[in-house]
Amino acid sequence: MVYVNGEPRQAAGKTLEELLKELQLNPQLVAVLVNETVYPRGKLPTEPLKEGDVVEIVTLMQGG
Amino acid sequence: MADLLVIANQTFKSRLIVGTGKYRDRGVMREALEASGAEMVTVSIRRVEIGAPGHQGLLEEVMGKYRLLPNTAGAKTAEEAVRIARLGRALTGENWVKLEVIPDPLYLLPDPLETYRAAEILLQEGFVVLPYIGPDPVLATKLSAIGCATVMPLAAPIGSGWGVKTRALIEVFLRLHDRLPPIVVDAGLGLPSHAAEVMELGADAVLVNTAIAEAQDPVAMAAAFRMAVEAGRKAYLAGPMTARETASPSSPVVGVPLVQPETPV
Repeated sequence: MVYVNGEPRQAAGKTLEELLKELQLNPQLVAVLVNETVYPRGKLPTEPLKEGDVVEIVTLMQGG
Repeated sequence: MADLLVIANQTFKSRLIVGTGKYRDRGVMREALEASGAEMVTVSIRRVEIGAPGHQGLLEEVMGKYRLLPNTAGAKTAEEAVRIARLGRALTGENWVKLEVIPDPLYLLPDPLETYRAAEILLQEGFVVLPYIGPDPVLATKLSAIGCATVMPLAAPIGSGWGVKTRALIEVFLRLHDRLPPIVVDAGLGLPSHAAEVMELGADAVLVNTAIAEAQDPVAMAAAFRMAVEAGRKAYLAGPMTARETASPSSPVVGVPLVQPETPV
């Protein structure tokens, strides 16, 4: 299991590009945290996800 | 000579920074931001809503139009704040961050110790740090000494609309003005007169979100805040009169027609 935004998903072995495509997310509009590494917008890692990876896919939202 | 706000070598004509939170709809938000004249707006960093429309968040709406100031809202510890700040940098491509570390859900008061720890780490990583703090000049001085770009003391709890409840301590901040980076009064303002009040005292800028977003007409309120910040700043620069203990007539006391002159007491 890979944890994506707090939810477990079958995603081990997939690349982030594949995962984002599956989730219908635009890689240009999100940043990604995989464990403790931050990947800027549009700069996804090419390595596939591993079992137990914790992924956070984030974007800018409203806030004060 | 223009009266520009300078934060970390960036100049701003507007001394009103606005938040993007709490708007009922994006169209109103867009118009209100424009009406405010703000050049810098705060945003938050949040998980995308997988499957929901508009998962892209705010990026397309504000990118390119304003300097984006991601906040670390949601962080209760220094580590969480640092992580959110790094994500903010990854999204905006800029290293400016509004640092807020808030463990208290009732009054949303910032934790001074976690804020300081986070600031140390973020400054070492090259961030431009704008820390949200209580009205504590000692903390502000310490944050300034390690290199924070501003200090942002609260006027009242976030979103409360109470006004300048911390006025006495804000006045102390302003007495230390030359020893501090720009002082941005942030949080708790409810009316344009509150913003004018702190600008008249000499604050460098204010940050407003709820007072605009929750007004019945946010676009009109944004314009009102814009005017208030400008008026307050103009008044400060104009050198206000000194208050007196007694009255002082505005019209001449001599030459009043058809009456006997007063015998001086």
